Amino acid sequence: MKTFTYRTATDVAHGLEPGATFLAGGTNLVDLMKLGVATPDVLVDVTRLGLDEVADLPGGGLRIGAGVRNSDLAADSRVRRDWPVLSQALLAGASGQLRNMATTAGNLLQRTRCRYFMDATMPCNKHEPGSGCPAREGDHRNLAILGASEACVATHPSDMAVALAALDAVVQISGPAGERTVPVTELHRLPGDTPERDTVLEHGELITAVDLPPLGFAARSAYRKVRDRASYAFAVGSVAAAIQVDAGAVTDVRLAFGAVAHKPWRAYTAEEALRGRPATRESFLDAADAELTAARPLRDNAFKVALTRNLVVSVLEGLS
Amino acid sequence: MDLVVNGTRRSVELDPRTTLLDALREHLGLTGAKKGCDHGQCGACTVLLDGRRVNSCLILAITLQDSSVTTIEGVDHPVQDKFLEHDGFQCGYCTPGQICSAVGMLDEVSKGWPSAVGDAELTDAEIRERMSGNLCRCGAYPNMIPAIREAAAR
Ligand SMILES: Cc1cc2nc3c(=O)[nH]c(=O)nc-3n(C[C@H](O)[C@H](O)[C@H](O)COP(=O)(O)OP(=O)(O)OC[C@H]3O[C@@H](n4cnc5c(N)ncnc54)[C@H](O)[C@@H]3O)c2cc1C
Ligand code: SF4
Ligand code: FES
Ligand code: FES
Repeated sequence: MKTFTYRTATDVAHGLEPGATFLAGGTNLVDLMKLGVATPDVLVDVTRLGLDEVADLPGGGLRIGAGVRNSDLAADSRVRRDWPVLSQALLAGASGQLRNMATTAGNLLQRTRCRYFMDATMPCNKHEPGSGCPAREGDHRNLAILGASEACVATHPSDMAVALAALDAVVQISGPAGERTVPVTELHRLPGDTPERDTVLEHGELITAVDLPPLGFAARSAYRKVRDRASYAFAVGSVAAAIQVDAGAVTDVRLAFGAVAHKPWRAYTAEEALRGRPATRESFLDAADAELTAARPLRDNAFKVALTRNLVVSVLEGLS
Repeated sequence: MDLVVNGTRRSVELDPRTTLLDALREHLGLTGAKKGCDHGQCGACTVLLDGRRVNSCLILAITLQDSSVTTIEGVDHPVQDKFLEHDGFQCGYCTPGQICSAVGMLDEVSKGWPSAVGDAELTDAEIRERMSGNLCRCGAYPNMIPAIREAAAR
């Protein structure tokens, strides 16, 4: 591991000197530092800023502090009652030990698990811009089928982010230039020509909280994840969904897909296709297909199209 | 820096790169926590940090000023007797991590924390899911499950 200096952050608005990085639970960053993929000169520990509360928002939402541990958020009685999809997504991720350290912001900003990215000795446009993308011809079984580019086909690995994208959560950001908000659906970028940038955050911008807006029908919501073993593995595909059905017809719906793109994939096209349609298997299939016509699978990951399609149907059937 | 380990305040001088696991094993003479993968993937390094189970291999010791760490050397819990009674191990390499994890897990259950399987009784499926962060190369899982189930009932 490259050497660094360490300090604790004392204020949310200080920003960062060049070469400095925020440290939260460390479960991703320390791992990448050991691998030589992350090489910060300065680590600024944000876990003592007191951003660890889940507070009620006026009007019925929740403000989830950036430093709230994944295990505490998953166990929060308000989350479990009103947004079960979020609790389920958190519990589907990592392990009990990791969730006790992992934070809201760190989870959102965790990096791809693409094996070339995590190997400092390999070329990779994400850790070394311009060096190429060996995944395209190499191991891409668990990489993107939607929104990828010639330069990068990585997926975002978070489960939690998929639920937050479906729920229209909003990220609160504080930086040297002031405060701003970004919807979770717009936090992560598509790779395009600059896959080295995962998100729209500028250097030194700190996530302080994630706001969860009220969504009455999210009380009927669920997260379903498929992985290569029963537990303690990243998703090969996942779906977060909430649905409202009245007299057999879909009146409203939220859908997002995980492990298919460089960002949690909000399935707006599928949602649009479903509103007003009968809540039947046929409608769910049509909606999934409407979204997945944009899929451009690689040699070894075409199975993800069928997998995601089946997940959409099973989750929506389970909820309606 | 100062760390409270198994109830005793210890002063250590560490390179900032030192993980909690290496601090325990290489600087404090506590070799109970094991290094399996060093990347958060196996659970052999599990300890209790302020009472919660964590992987000590992914935590920089320097971040823990004044925190309280309990390692297997400081654990005194019915899970240990039950592991002996049921032969919940073969080579024993994963065992300190399994036991620390089980102690933390049982506390989570008593606080009503849910798991991906459910939130009510501690069925065998629940134990498997909640203990999935601890791998055992010897595959001694079948005997760990009754050990943990019976420890929970006490
Ligand atoms: C073996 C293993 C299995 C896993 N399995 C899963 C899984 O199945 N599903 C899943 O979703 N995840 C999984 N994870 C990933 C885990 O969820 C993440 O490592 C964790 O959520 C990261 O949170 P953290 O607080 O530890 O972040 P850190 O490692 O501390 O930080 C991650 C990034 O976020 C930045 N950051 C942190 N806080 C802030 C802030 N407030 N503002 C701005 N930037 C910030 C850091 O600079 C860093 O770039 C797994 C991890 C491991 C090691
Ligand atoms: S897919 Fe992206 S992260 Fe993976 S090797 Fe290609 S450029 Fe790197
Ligand atoms: S050594 Fe820490 S999880 Fe494997
Ligand atoms: S008893 Fe040998 S690794 Fe578990």
